[in-house]
Amino acid sequence: MSAASALPETGYNFAYLDEGTKRMIRRAILKAVAVPGYQVPFAAREMPMPYGWGTGGVQVTAAILGASDVLKVIDQGADDTTNAVSIRRFFGRTAGVATTTRTCEASVIQTRHRIPETPLTEDQILVYQVPIPEPLRFLEPRETETRQLHALGEYGLMHVKLYEDIARHGHIATTYAYPVEVAGRYVMDPSPTPKFDNPKMDDCPALQLFGAGREKRIYAVPPYTRVRSLDFEDHPFRVQSFDRPCALCGAADVYLDEVVLDDAGGRMFVCSDTDHCEARRAAGHAGEQAA
Amino acid sequence: MYVAVKGGEAAIDNAHRLLAERRRGDPAVPELTVAQIREQMSLLVDRVMAEGSLYDPDLAALALKQARGDVVEAVFLVRAYRTTLPRFGASVPVETGAMAVDRRVSATFKDMPGGQVLGPTFDYTHRLIDFALAAAGEPEPAAEAEPGPDAALCPRVTDILGQAGLLEASPPEAGAPVGDLTREAVDFPADRAVRLQALARGDEGFVLALGYSTQRGYGRTHPFVGEIRCGTVAVEFVPEELGFSVPLGDVPLTECQMVNQFHGSGDVPPQFTRGYGLVFGQGERKAMAMALVDRSLRASELGEAVGAPAQDQEFVLAHCDSLQATGFVEHLKLPHYVDFQAELELVRRLRAEHAAARAQGDAPIREAAE
Repeated sequence: MSAASALPETGYNFAYLDEGTKRMIRRAILKAVAVPGYQVPFAAREMPMPYGWGTGGVQVTAAILGASDVLKVIDQGADDTTNAVSIRRFFGRTAGVATTTRTCEASVIQTRHRIPETPLTEDQILVYQVPIPEPLRFLEPRETETRQLHALGEYGLMHVKLYEDIARHGHIATTYAYPVEVAGRYVMDPSPTPKFDNPKMDDCPALQLFGAGREKRIYAVPPYTRVRSLDFEDHPFRVQSFDRPCALCGAADVYLDEVVLDDAGGRMFVCSDTDHCEARRAAGHAGEQAA
Repeated sequence: MYVAVKGGEAAIDNAHRLLAERRRGDPAVPELTVAQIREQMSLLVDRVMAEGSLYDPDLAALALKQARGDVVEAVFLVRAYRTTLPRFGASVPVETGAMAVDRRVSATFKDMPGGQVLGPTFDYTHRLIDFALAAAGEPEPAAEAEPGPDAALCPRVTDILGQAGLLEASPPEAGAPVGDLTREAVDFPADRAVRLQALARGDEGFVLALGYSTQRGYGRTHPFVGEIRCGTVAVEFVPEELGFSVPLGDVPLTECQMVNQFHGSGDVPPQFTRGYGLVFGQGERKAMAMALVDRSLRASELGEAVGAPAQDQEFVLAHCDSLQATGFVEHLKLPHYVDFQAELELVRRLRAEHAAARAQGDAPIREAAE
């Protein structure tokens, strides 16, 4: 864990956004928590990083961050990807909060595309960066229509889509951003996490907040909420499995990155969650290619 | 032995230093000043202010310098800065009828009070590269016209048409509280004020192409340029503690009023309809395109069929912003390893099943209905 930065950026409010904007975002968050899975419109601001780089997640994090928080930022499960480095540094500079790469030390975790392998606790908040918050968007491009479908709980389109996958491919061909039903009511996009991570959302002790800056939406899954991945009785939801463990730490029940080693088909598979992998290696676990 | 890629932080710092070096270019060539950009790239500065939704020529010029001349990047810098500015309130609506015009042309009347004022325009230049410009030199001074008898009076052509009832009155929502799309999420259907805001800050190329599409039959509106005027208008503000308006200064604007094919009903006799465009600085192309698209977006209000892209407000408003568009397109270069891995796993499984089915002599894929 690196200590709170001594010299935060001057000339900006704590965590960049002004207090009025933070209050507006917190109100949207409260509404989102009160109506799990419902997309709450909010007046997203233009941030100093581009749309698509996590402006929604950054605004949610800015609104909930306090001086004593410890922040972790991951992209693709890793703390050292350039955009994760950039966002972590942004909050280090504008809020002066302590940052960490350890999942268990963090009170706020901002993520793009993964949920940490280490189970989360009641004392943590997971903030997701969301590109397209509307799970029905690729089935119905119009916002006026999709809002109505949600209001009526009319999710037949989605089931037809999943059925057509099975008809065409023999499997549901959605491998990430796999739609979920939250608290028995709203169908929600879990952000483009691989469906491997969907079960971690169910009954999770941590608060899960989702921010979409470009699309100006916030939604939430409160702690201990039922999150069910959509499926059929004869085609139950199933997560990806890998036919080998992590080459570095030997973990078998985690999501792996495929790394191309040469141009002759050489491949290795390593943990996508870098903190989880490092912690396991520190604890003495070793995979086949560990040094 | 595989070593995970580390050192993102050092790479980012070094990339930023390299970027600054490339921005500066050959150090043997004198560095551009912000004032040079502001004065000599003024139409570019105008565009950055228009799409950046912020009137500040020096800031826009600085943003252009920092952005190495990339318009969208400069707009981005201006917008991000704009987010941090406090808001004191809204100005009194500017009176474009009282504009000090540099240029004013109408395509609907040969002459009208105030006359036609050609002003600084490329319209009748021959587009021949002026090689003499490659060397420095002061241009010949332009002759100043004798002010005509009615130079001070320059009523809007649309007002002249409106008096006779030939043009629809400004729609009734004028005067209602105006939304601010930078302070509230856009709710569809969006009212005209919000649509005009989106178009005014929308990408010039995108709005231009949409306007053009209406001329080629995708939502035709039969437009005439009632008037284009460029010049400065006074901005006034009413401080709560004073209760009366005080001038804050002048801003240059370009306004375009399109006069479009008529519309009428049992209650209202046939009359021309309006399309409106307004941008900072001299931005005729943008103002005209905006006016075309504004009129197209009024299709449902005027009882016309909505089918063409330029008539579809969800399509236009959701896609006209250059920052949103560039962000989402360019974010594809961010890492997507985990999602791609998920797709790889599925494709490999489907291919294995396909091969197994082939080996058994089955048809590779059974139709669902079978």
